[in-house]
Amino acid sequence: MDTSVTGENGAPASGVPTLLKLEKVSKRFPGVLALDEVDFELRSGEVHVLFGENGAGKSTLISMVAGAYEPTAGTIRFRGAPVDLNSVHHARSLGISAVFQEFSLVPQLTVAQNLFLGAEETRNGLLDKRAMRLHAEEILERLGFPLRAGQQVGRLSRAEQQMVEIAKAFRSDLSVLILDEPTASLTERETDRLFELIEQAKKDGVGIIYITHRISEIRRIGDRITVLRDGRYIDTVDAKTASEGDLVRLMTGRVIDQIFPTMTYDPGEVMLEVEHLTTAAGDVRDVSINLRRGEIVGIAGLVGSGKSEIARACYGIEPIAAGRIVFDGAETTGLKPRRMLERGFFYNPPDRRAEGLVMMRSVRENISLPSLDLADFARGVFLRRKSEAQKTRELAERLNLQPPRIEREVDHFSGGNQQKVLLAKCLTRDVKLFVFDEPTVGVDVGTRVAIYEFMRDLCAAGAAVLLISSDLPEILHLTRRAYVMYRGNLKAELVGDEITQETVLGHFFEREAA
Amino acid sequence: MTDIHPTTEPVRRRTPAYWLGLAFVRLGVLPFLLVAAVIIFALMSDNFLTGRNLMNVVRQSAYLTLVAMGQMFALLTGGFDLSVGTIVAVTSVVGASAMAAAYAAMPDAIALSILIGIIAGILAGSSIGIVNGIGVAVFGVSPFMMTLGVASIGFGIALFMTGGVPVYGMPIEFSDAFGFGDTLGLPTPVLATILLIAALYIVVSWTRLGRHFYAVGGNIKAAALSGIDTRVTLFYAYLLCGGMAAVAGMLLTARLDTGEANIGAAMPLESIAACVIAGVSLRGGVGRVENVVLGALFIGLVQNGMNLAQINSYLQTVVIGVLLIFAVVADQFRLRYMANLQD
Repeated sequence: MDTSVTGENGAPASGVPTLLKLEKVSKRFPGVLALDEVDFELRSGEVHVLFGENGAGKSTLISMVAGAYEPTAGTIRFRGAPVDLNSVHHARSLGISAVFQEFSLVPQLTVAQNLFLGAEETRNGLLDKRAMRLHAEEILERLGFPLRAGQQVGRLSRAEQQMVEIAKAFRSDLSVLILDEPTASLTERETDRLFELIEQAKKDGVGIIYITHRISEIRRIGDRITVLRDGRYIDTVDAKTASEGDLVRLMTGRVIDQIFPTMTYDPGEVMLEVEHLTTAAGDVRDVSINLRRGEIVGIAGLVGSGKSEIARACYGIEPIAAGRIVFDGAETTGLKPRRMLERGFFYNPPDRRAEGLVMMRSVRENISLPSLDLADFARGVFLRRKSEAQKTRELAERLNLQPPRIEREVDHFSGGNQQKVLLAKCLTRDVKLFVFDEPTVGVDVGTRVAIYEFMRDLCAAGAAVLLISSDLPEILHLTRRAYVMYRGNLKAELVGDEITQETVLGHFFEREAA
Repeated sequence: MTDIHPTTEPVRRRTPAYWLGLAFVRLGVLPFLLVAAVIIFALMSDNFLTGRNLMNVVRQSAYLTLVAMGQMFALLTGGFDLSVGTIVAVTSVVGASAMAAAYAAMPDAIALSILIGIIAGILAGSSIGIVNGIGVAVFGVSPFMMTLGVASIGFGIALFMTGGVPVYGMPIEFSDAFGFGDTLGLPTPVLATILLIAALYIVVSWTRLGRHFYAVGGNIKAAALSGIDTRVTLFYAYLLCGGMAAVAGMLLTARLDTGEANIGAAMPLESIAACVIAGVSLRGGVGRVENVVLGALFIGLVQNGMNLAQINSYLQTVVIGVLLIFAVVADQFRLRYMANLQD
């Protein structure tokens, strides 16, 4: 069976030993089946890319391999023998190390202390600080990272913290290395260095599970690609020959045209004018943008490029150092969210768990929260709970909330349905400008299509829509005008046919004269 | 092969254990504790389950009920108030001193003196709540440090004002009316508590402010993005908490007929215990007035029962601590059990 798979997928020469094998592995969380009988195989010396949308189950899969979760069903085999990876510690003892997007660093400790966290070196029962320090310096030098062992991790930049995470994985003997979008915050030079390390690790026989959304990276270092969708195994293909269209089709189960609706484009008068905005934190510097009724405008950029902060400054939650904001014909610079809501500006935050929803309260209470000042929900200081229930039930039905139970706590819904609750919030009042900040993170394809259609309908009804996204296809297919942010500066404004993957990506990175 | 297993889904669902489990998930641990306490104390003492004794429990629990309801506001917003005991003490000392002074100055105007005393006491107590509110909401001091510091400051002031000696000299009518008297057939403190329970229930469940408490405690960022003024909300939580403790302090003063700096020392622990046993989350965002009232009654019931059973008062403190921890552990089990039921 092994040989037939090898031939079909053009993997490394047969006879290469299988390091890790997942057989019909499932993982169930309360209310969600995150992985449904998934098969996966990793060979020694290959880079096996995991590909799929947010919420497809990639993170769950690597968490199980790294020992953070235990599978509900199925077997994990390591070098042929079934293993019960019941802790991160156990996985590491087998040489399985993971670098997650969410860092597992203690900001108050130094680089060296973090590197040896949980595996401190001792002498006579006491910490051997000198040995750890020297050992840490040696690891950093071998990896070529410009860090010092004594630096406090909390003071490092995101990219430097990423290096510490990577160094942690390379600290001990490796057999399986898991990298979850490791280049998201690295510069090109740092990325090159990381890829050299990966090449070296491959030569040493390490198997690498690599998660990325970037086609160019897959081409550069990938050997095989396994595609997941909605928690299920879809296919394993050769990284060198699979076309981008194939991958999108495998990932979404649809061709691109079915995912993105056709947008109307009928721009009216100017709704929002941002002039020379600079935020107090310096995340945005001298940025000017504008937005009209009836158009969807995109802001693209990497994490930390300042793309969210523009909208947050307009909404009054990011202090402004300089510049002017004119919304709907009146200056609104520095107004608080309450005043902006009253004027018809609505900001949908990117992280529904952290900022969007009150997880332990009901759907009803969450939906009505931004509009408790309106007659639909309250008379004076008193709530109108019957009217509230009726109104929120209507909205839940309109967005097809599943199950349609508005008294249930938000925490007990799936990610896609939680996102629907978040969207329902902005339908409780009259809104002239909607900001959607990463609206499709962690939702399934069906919900994604629903969200895009939702945005199209708002736009067709004459609202202005600002779409902030690091998901490139979203920007490419939904907007006619897009701004690209890079490190706090407005890098470009692209119109119509100028919005292509190459031009946008070109502005994402530190490339001279794109 | 044709045998039907006794453990098929519908049959298992109807077992008493299933219903008990469901009740546990829905109602929490408190109803079970109440039933257990009543049974145990009824067995230990014949006097426990008499109408007169139960009325006694209600009357004795009124003060804790008031403080615990106030505490609930702080807990709902994700904080807590360790200064409730100090607020009770300061209210008592300031109220008694003002009342005694007014009574000495105008011995004929009894009602006026009482009114002056009550207003002075409640203003003094509430102002501590205001200080807490400003510290937590405006300066962002952690509720733990703010209320702990204020507790020390207030207690010191109360002791300094009285020199550690009880304040005498209030008109006897104050104690007669608010400490021992009946109004509309109910002990006055009980009636006052019932009215405040109703008022606070309305605030929590039927006003925008109440909803804001839940939202701010549940997710302060989401609340801010929904246009809620989180600072004002936090401020009101500590003001209401201080106000409730102040009312309790004035009623206790009437009961004791003296102003004392030492009353209320057990209030922080007991009020938080009453809330937590009643299912108020220490992380904020979850809790109900009705349950907190039951929680306070439960603690009163246990204390009363232990008195009747002649359990040493030092040991009673041990029992309250054990119950508090037990309730928290049971709640953890409840959350895990609930997660299983969701499957």
